[in-house]
Amino acid sequence: MVLGIPDFWIWSAFLLSILSAVACVVYGVMNWNKGADAEPS
Amino acid sequence: MLLPIVASVIYLFILAYLSLKAYRGTKTTQDYMLGGRQIHPMVMALSYGATFISTSAIVGFGGNAGLFGMSLLWLTFLNIFVGVFIAFLFFGKRTRKMGHNLDAHTFPELLGTRFNSRFIQGFSALVVFLFMPFYAAAVLKGGVGYLATTFNIDFNVTLFFFVMIIALYVSMGGMKGVMYTDAFQGSIMFAGMLFLLIFVYTKLGGVTQAHTALTNLMQEPAVQEQTAKMSAAGFQGWTSMPKFQSPYWWTVVTSVVMGVGIGVLAQPQLVVRFMTVKSNRELNRAVVSGGIFILMMTGVAFVVGALANVVFFQTEGKVAMVAAGGVIDNIIPLFLKNNLPGWFNTVFMLTLMSAAMSTLSSQYHVVGTSIGRDLFEKSLKIKGDSIIVTRIGIVISILVSALFAYVGNQLKTDIGVIAQATSIFFGICAAAFLPVYVGALYFRKLSKKAAIASILTGSIVSFIWIFFIHAKNASTIGLSKLLFGKPYLLAETAYAKLALVDAVIIAVPLSVIVLIVVALLTKPDVDEKHLDKCFNGIK
Repeated sequence: MVLGIPDFWIWSAFLLSILSAVACVVYGVMNWNKGADAEPS
Repeated sequence: MLLPIVASVIYLFILAYLSLKAYRGTKTTQDYMLGGRQIHPMVMALSYGATFISTSAIVGFGGNAGLFGMSLLWLTFLNIFVGVFIAFLFFGKRTRKMGHNLDAHTFPELLGTRFNSRFIQGFSALVVFLFMPFYAAAVLKGGVGYLATTFNIDFNVTLFFFVMIIALYVSMGGMKGVMYTDAFQGSIMFAGMLFLLIFVYTKLGGVTQAHTALTNLMQEPAVQEQTAKMSAAGFQGWTSMPKFQSPYWWTVVTSVVMGVGIGVLAQPQLVVRFMTVKSNRELNRAVVSGGIFILMMTGVAFVVGALANVVFFQTEGKVAMVAAGGVIDNIIPLFLKNNLPGWFNTVFMLTLMSAAMSTLSSQYHVVGTSIGRDLFEKSLKIKGDSIIVTRIGIVISILVSALFAYVGNQLKTDIGVIAQATSIFFGICAAAFLPVYVGALYFRKLSKKAAIASILTGSIVSFIWIFFIHAKNASTIGLSKLLFGKPYLLAETAYAKLALVDAVIIAVPLSVIVLIVVALLTKPDVDEKHLDKCFNGIK
């Protein structure tokens, strides 16, 4: 039972959703200034 | 009644201002189709998110969570991990660069020019033109249905005014108009869903308490009685997965989670967003707000949809599905109307109006460019003003989707018309475009013949499976009944269980296999000089 949810398949989806959003934030912040290759029909 | 009217008028004035601002800044075809490739990362992320998330996600799939429970959170996970993280970093960066190298303005144009094939560009545009109206109609039905209930106006009258407003600002401001208004609408959606999450968890005593109450609901004799029919189809409670390989399990896993979760990677209206920014730095920055935005949209909609059962049971002694009269698409609107303070219904009306408009504007824009740019100008080589043809394409797609929404409003299906039509379009895109899209970005030697074979396989198999094999889709569409006298071809046969499997599970693997086999059997047929141009700057 995690956060009131008994089924592993449900609470893992709940936590994975939050973790994947956190991963997006961490990746974006760590690479905030990378990839600037400003180019000049 | 005065508050919703005043709020709507202010909202429409802001839309008009943003569209006018975009109209004045739109001078070239590239401005009209790609916002001049100079869109701010925050605007791009909000626009991507607001386009991705529509009334379909909030009303349609939120209502599905009221029926299937929190098992839909697997779709939230895929929406964020696949739809944002994988999409932006592994598809977005290469798409932006290759699109820039090839001066591609649309997704069909990117695929067509990558393989030097007018057929690929024209056929892809045709698939978008033929099937996007299904998805647009689903979004329309969700938005118009809620507005009609709020203002107590006839569905068809609301439908007419709603599409007129969207037609005006999409055809005027082009991509800039669409993306500026998306960003404004995305901000409203974020605020609305954040409040909804806080409201529901607070009302039910906190996160763990709310989930526990939902789990314990299945112990109630009245609930067991109301869900007896659902249990026979595999339902085991709102905090448990449906029974493995039951009809409910196949619907949740193949139609809802896989169909939409994977299909997002090859959505023409989302892919084109990657081509609107000037460098990879913008994509890195957009990932931050993109991930949070999608979590706040689908995560909240699916949790609230499931928890609506607790609230309905406490107030009316019924589970959500019964309270909504058996119509899935009514669960969320009814929950909001009965349980939230009046002023919040105004906020949420704007949230849903924003969700519908931001997605519809992009859908219409992408259908318009498919007709104007891809089919007429590039594939059929018809000379003329492509912006005018695009605007005509937009009008045609609006009329067709409005007609579908009108028909859809008369239907009642057990997955909900909104979610069903959405998963059909996402599934077709996954089967027709995803294998070729991956090949185009990552496999330099892939032959044009393999690309064409894969697109044709994915499209044709999807079409046959959706219209004639899949039990729910074929029964709803009715073409199988009309031609063969059976709701779906496998009805009353030994293979009837196969009819529970969504097209995406059959068509995507077949499309991949055909791509690989034909690629191995044919020699690379795209010249090296062109490939150097395609992959210039792509490491």
